[in-house]
Amino acid sequence: MSTLTSLTLKGAIDGLEAGDFTSVELTTAHIEAIEAARALNAFIVETPEQALSMAAASDARRALGVAGPLDGAPLGIKDLFCTKGVQTTACSNILKGFVPEYESTVTSQLWRDGAVMLGKLNLDQFAMGSSNETSAFGPVTNPWRSTASNKALTPGGSSGGSAAAVAADLCLGATATDTGGSIRQPAAFTGTVGIKPTYGRCSRWGVVAFASSLDQAGPIAKTVEDAALLLTSMCGHDPKDSTSLDVPVPDFTQFVGKSVKGLKIGIPKEYRVDNMPAEIEKLWEDGIAWLKEAGCEIVDISLPHTKYALPAYYIVAPAEASSNLARYDGMRYGLRAQGGNLTEVYENTRAEGFGDEVKRRILIGTYVLSAGYYDAYYLKALKVRRRIAEDFDKAWEKCDAILTPTAPSAAFGLGENSNDPIAMYLNDVFTVTTNLAGLPGLSLPAGLDSNGLPLGLQIIGKPLDEGTVFSVAGAMEKAAGFNAKAARWW
Amino acid sequence: MAIDVATVRKVARLARIATPEDRLEPLAQELNGIMAWIEQLAEVDTDGVEPLTSVVGAGAPLRDDVVTMGGDASVITSNAPKSVDGFFVVPKVVE
Repeated sequence: MSTLTSLTLKGAIDGLEAGDFTSVELTTAHIEAIEAARALNAFIVETPEQALSMAAASDARRALGVAGPLDGAPLGIKDLFCTKGVQTTACSNILKGFVPEYESTVTSQLWRDGAVMLGKLNLDQFAMGSSNETSAFGPVTNPWRSTASNKALTPGGSSGGSAAAVAADLCLGATATDTGGSIRQPAAFTGTVGIKPTYGRCSRWGVVAFASSLDQAGPIAKTVEDAALLLTSMCGHDPKDSTSLDVPVPDFTQFVGKSVKGLKIGIPKEYRVDNMPAEIEKLWEDGIAWLKEAGCEIVDISLPHTKYALPAYYIVAPAEASSNLARYDGMRYGLRAQGGNLTEVYENTRAEGFGDEVKRRILIGTYVLSAGYYDAYYLKALKVRRRIAEDFDKAWEKCDAILTPTAPSAAFGLGENSNDPIAMYLNDVFTVTTNLAGLPGLSLPAGLDSNGLPLGLQIIGKPLDEGTVFSVAGAMEKAAGFNAKAARWW
Repeated sequence: MAIDVATVRKVARLARIATPEDRLEPLAQELNGIMAWIEQLAEVDTDGVEPLTSVVGAGAPLRDDVVTMGGDASVITSNAPKSVDGFFVVPKVVE
């Protein structure tokens, strides 16, 4: 059975098509792997019966010769995506027991293409966090451990469940979302591939909202090709999301393996931050060497407003969150606490239902939007956001894609940064710029540090140019030859 | 522009989050720490810069003004903490 779970998504689909095994067998192997890996706390809801019935239906379709591009492939779904009839909580107490009557557009497209749902994956509460520790269901433990100690490490966040589940071979791929780095940082911490596409590529309909101008869905997968396969299915215009882009979706897998000869790759000097571990610096140099070898031209570029991206983000994102999360008032769905009058019911519901980090961000957002501070903070942040976007516009005059590290460190210990919000926020220093500018960004595993922990490199592309990002990632994946797996301890 | 206890109390009230008195001071400190870090934005010259509200260029899309869904109150109220016959039951609003 373990051979079935160690397949890539592409390998599994090829095996199904060749008749080597059925989706029911493939799905059963993953259900057993999930049951054996509960110590990781990656899945918070398991749906084995639904999975097996979807798998049987897939086998029937394949027998009739009408299989879709993902037919029979078992996937995990981040618990931020509404799934009809299956509890969706955003890992919060305020939504505990919430069972959507509708399906998110992104997941409905995966099912349209034949995929099988294994269950719902853990995340930081309302996707607010970089370590999965703000989840009301408890943190996910990274399948990877340092060779130096058995300490439990974070899988990153917010898509920590998605990343851990893929890294531990509990599913062939997973959905995730990224508001400031929540796909890419967990991918880097777990030796997996994650891509946030251009803002507007994936519909946000049915995805629990955090910061609407930044939120984007994307996949976490075992390989670049698998990520391309999943993203092709997840993208597409949706009239139900007014920011959904009405543009054609190419088959992204076509770009994987394409020559990158002659592409200009920008190296932004501002991403050499203070105290960056030498190993990450070295990995970045390796990445540059691999791309040179593949025929790319390396160009130095400048993104001068990089250091202001995180502070701007921590105004824009909480402001939008404070507005989006106003809907949790205990009236139409979710938790309702007791109170002497209506205002007390609201206040007690939200005090009981939200965790500390969510409250912190709602308070910041409310503060920066409140009378007297709106111009000084919120408007200022939006202007800085334009400066950051303009930095990239200028860079694209000199290069076709940008190479950076994904995160400033390898996975850290659970509990290590949880008392220092700013130290936690700094995890997203390399990823948050693309959310503010709406650009596609992909993280792929590029090597191990001296403690045997995976490190990631990020490729940033022009708007709607995921194709080039996939080509560059494919070339780097081949050169890196990364095939390490977490040694099983669970 | 330090955040004091009175400001935290006011913001928590605006955000409708019940916050016990003994949490106000620690929260003020936390929020001040974060806002002090955010203050570095003042260094950026943004004179004449238009605020960036959306990275999607196009304006708001329009659609035909027709009913696309609805008519099933039992579905809408299925997750309500309290409901009767397709209506939400809420605390008394008008005394």
